[in-house]
Amino acid sequence: MSNDILVITEHMDGKFSDVSFELVGKAKELASALGGQAVAVVVGGGVDANVFASDATIHIDDAALGQFNPEAYGKVIEALVKEKSPRLVMFGWTATGMDLAAWLSAKLGVPCAAYVKEIGSDLMMGCQAYGGKLMAEVAPEGDMAIAACLAGSFPAEAGQGSTAATATASPVDLGSLKVKFVEAIKPEGGDVDITSQTKLVSVGRGIGGKENIELAEELAQALDAALSCSRPVVDAGWLPRTRQVGKSGLKVKPKMYLMLGISGAPEHLEGMKSAELIIAVNTDKKAPIFNVAHYGATADLFEVAEAMLELL
Amino acid sequence: MNIVVAIKHIPSIADDLPVSGNNVDFDSVDFVLNEFDEQSIEQAVLVKEAVGGTVTVVGVDLIEELDNILHLAIAKGADKAVKVTADEPGADSHMQAKWLSEAIKGLSPDIVFAGVQASNDLDGQIGPMIAAHLDMPYIGGVSSVEVADGTATVNKEFAGGVGAKYSVSLPMVVGVQAAAKPPRYAPISKVRQVAQTATIDTVEPSGDASSGLTFKKMAPPVATGHAEMIDGSPKEVAAKIVELLKSKGLA
Repeated sequence: MSNDILVITEHMDGKFSDVSFELVGKAKELASALGGQAVAVVVGGGVDANVFASDATIHIDDAALGQFNPEAYGKVIEALVKEKSPRLVMFGWTATGMDLAAWLSAKLGVPCAAYVKEIGSDLMMGCQAYGGKLMAEVAPEGDMAIAACLAGSFPAEAGQGSTAATATASPVDLGSLKVKFVEAIKPEGGDVDITSQTKLVSVGRGIGGKENIELAEELAQALDAALSCSRPVVDAGWLPRTRQVGKSGLKVKPKMYLMLGISGAPEHLEGMKSAELIIAVNTDKKAPIFNVAHYGATADLFEVAEAMLELL
Repeated sequence: MNIVVAIKHIPSIADDLPVSGNNVDFDSVDFVLNEFDEQSIEQAVLVKEAVGGTVTVVGVDLIEELDNILHLAIAKGADKAVKVTADEPGADSHMQAKWLSEAIKGLSPDIVFAGVQASNDLDGQIGPMIAAHLDMPYIGGVSSVEVADGTATVNKEFAGGVGAKYSVSLPMVVGVQAAAKPPRYAPISKVRQVAQTATIDTVEPSGDASSGLTFKKMAPPVATGHAEMIDGSPKEVAAKIVELLKSKGLA
């Protein structure tokens, strides 16, 4: 066992995601308190790995690791973790990290905390679960733990640096994989680009049904804004995926973000929290969005939208 | 084709979540089906409709109220239902994944579906853990699945419409973000009919696993800020919002 912290970084199209730097920065702070090293782990090629402020960076490249492949990445990370016996393994609670963290936990019988937003030097973790409504403080048992951390939880600057990476071959044979990468999928074109809008009216589950989208669209037009939404609206088929704001959607930073019936789960906040003016209308007075919005109203969104239309 | 759906019955976040001690007060919350499991059930039924087979829905009965959920799943197109009778409202993902894996093993699945995540996955999601226990590959964030000749072709979403297509030799576990089509509606009359005729298989929890997490505290997050609340009738709220937007040159 060591007191090292392993950070599983993530990259796409030659660029590391912000969460990778955030985790490396936090790992440095924790490693220094624990007397270990912060080790950034870069899996896959096509990327300059010498960009972290880590104490060491391990770069594992192999033809089978060219694109994210949960099976191949899982095997490599499992072998590396077994070899290094770190005190903590950090993942992002992201599209890629979510495929690996819980899997590794079950595979190795090591505790795993998800939705992690805070980590103390005693490795107590604060997890923002239940749609952002509750914060759990949990202590992992044993000598090793896994933390899957929400993006935006730690400052990214602390993780940026120029530590020279050590290139190593894959520690496991990747010859007979069941999962094969076929091709990349690009975003559908042809719709409004919500990332370039200065004003957005955004609807959530509270909009209730496809038949009510028209009202929201009308309000958006009256405000010279575009219509966006949270994930459940897309999953229900009420708006196309091109309009989705949040972790699995798009990140937006408009001058105005008027939210109708969105409760403000952490996944949605990831996509819009830096909007300049956030106004939220929701019937649930305890909706987490009211801790983030600049202005809020506990009211029926339909009545508010109709009344606004009369005034515009 | 043996298609299995592993579901999670979780505390509803639509209402207040009272806390008792260091965890949710499970006795005084409503339990609902994890919203991603609705997508997962739909995707499983879509695969069955495309290639034939049997859809079996499996869940842990935490509070002896899972039957309604299982009946709904059958009304939406599942063929069989199995419940693990745990009667342990606070069972974590690790425990549930282990029990579900033991129950699923005997079903010889070709493909297992699970919701990509649940709001109470404090120790991670059941999908990847079931994959680890059953030694199958896992891909999450999936928004479409096609099966042919023992191979699944799945689309995984990263963010903002960017994704990747994978082909996977079955069996595998799929973490569903969204079904290829919005979940179908099951009329109440059909659910009632299912409730009178369907049998739900019952199995005892088997196997030990734990999250390895000790809960020290559970509380609403400490707000670093709070919105300035606009009070009044909907008309008054609307007027104040319009006024605010005009004052900032936004309307």
